[in-house]
Amino acid sequence: MRLHISTKDAVPIYQQIVTQIKHMVASGRLRPGNEVPPIRVLAEQLIINPNTVARAYRELEAAGILVSRRGSGTRVSEKGSPLGYAERLRALTERVEGLLVEADHLDFTVEDVIELIRGRNKLLDTSERGKSKNE
Amino acid sequence: MNNSSYGHREQPIAVKGLTKNFGKKTVLNNVDLTVSRGRVFGLVGENGAGKTTLIKHLMGLFKAQQGTVRIFGIDPVKDPVGVLSRIGYLSEDRDLPNWIRIDELINYTRAFYPDWDDAFAEELRKIFNLDLSAKVKELSRGQKAQAALLTALAYRPPLLLLDEPSSGLDPVVRREILSAIIRTVADEGRTVFFSSHLLEEVERVADDVAMIHRGEVVMCDSLENIKANHHIVTLRFPEPQKEHPQLPGVLSINGEGQEWTALCNGDLGEVRERAREMGCEILEEDSPSLEDIFVARVGIDRVALKEVE
Repeated sequence: MRLHISTKDAVPIYQQIVTQIKHMVASGRLRPGNEVPPIRVLAEQLIINPNTVARAYRELEAAGILVSRRGSGTRVSEKGSPLGYAERLRALTERVEGLLVEADHLDFTVEDVIELIRGRNKLLDTSERGKSKNE
Repeated sequence: MNNSSYGHREQPIAVKGLTKNFGKKTVLNNVDLTVSRGRVFGLVGENGAGKTTLIKHLMGLFKAQQGTVRIFGIDPVKDPVGVLSRIGYLSEDRDLPNWIRIDELINYTRAFYPDWDDAFAEELRKIFNLDLSAKVKELSRGQKAQAALLTALAYRPPLLLLDEPSSGLDPVVRREILSAIIRTVADEGRTVFFSSHLLEEVERVADDVAMIHRGEVVMCDSLENIKANHHIVTLRFPEPQKEHPQLPGVLSINGEGQEWTALCNGDLGEVRERAREMGCEILEEDSPSLEDIFVARVGIDRVALKEVE
């Protein structure tokens, strides 16, 4: 498991760990039942305070993404725990906000953006269909 | 934990009203500091701010002129053995005798400590790749630091005092040193007190941080609270401002004309409220790094050599 920690980031270190592990689980890089490194090992590897790792793991357990059992380490929950609705919504909201800011700078209205999204979506749909026809 | 119950419930470090003058110069001014058990405590400050002087008081090498110093409830000047047996100390200059061989250094040091752990010493020696027959004078800077750390850790002291543990080391050795420190903290929940001018390192490793400037503690809190109570806010004014705007809790402010960026301490709500009163728009709100906070508080721009990685 390879995580990237930055202290230049405004996001607290434990939160960076939480987010990255959630994404690894969501993207399938970490599968249900996979073991995550023990707190001490990850702390040493990332050169961070073990309490910070412990806090991240606690949050991930509370979110049902990790399960820790005495003697068998900490693992990805068998439920697979895909990102929850709130989590997915938040990820998308960030992108939308970025898009709206960009649109504003380039002098497009929200309606322009929506129209563009619809148009691109239709295009993608057609090309996807085209692909499956050719295959 | 430690096999002695003596001082078990006492705070590892309690400093109250400590003042130290060298001649007319005040090196420490009314310093209060408490370090709780199991925490990693980072002391930051410029060179000459008083960090080493403070650590020497903790070791009992200086006697308090005013105020008190207690280590696990013990006065380090009155009971140096009681205190030093509980402390693993690594000094910035890692003063090891030049002529000694690593195996001799280990044998020599272990004689002083009934709790010396041979297996742990050997484990550390292997991690650090130290040759038993090498003499201290033949070692690199990094290897000297590693040898010194080995002798400070191998009796598993409940308190580690590290004065600039990674200063002057290359990134690879620094990683190994910090990893070894982190390992000992995680294993047994011991308390670590370390000074550093590398703020990124402190931000990664510390639970609590004290900032010392010209002999005074200017900030002391958990890293979490410190991060939560400082904000970087960028404002845009409807009209260009000739002078920098007044904001609550402002520590530093830069900008010109319509756009200003401030680092503020306190409640973000108050800053927003003030911005609204002044009729300006908040362009950005961010949380600063420890380095940003340090620079703002101390008002200098030459801290924290960006050496880590």
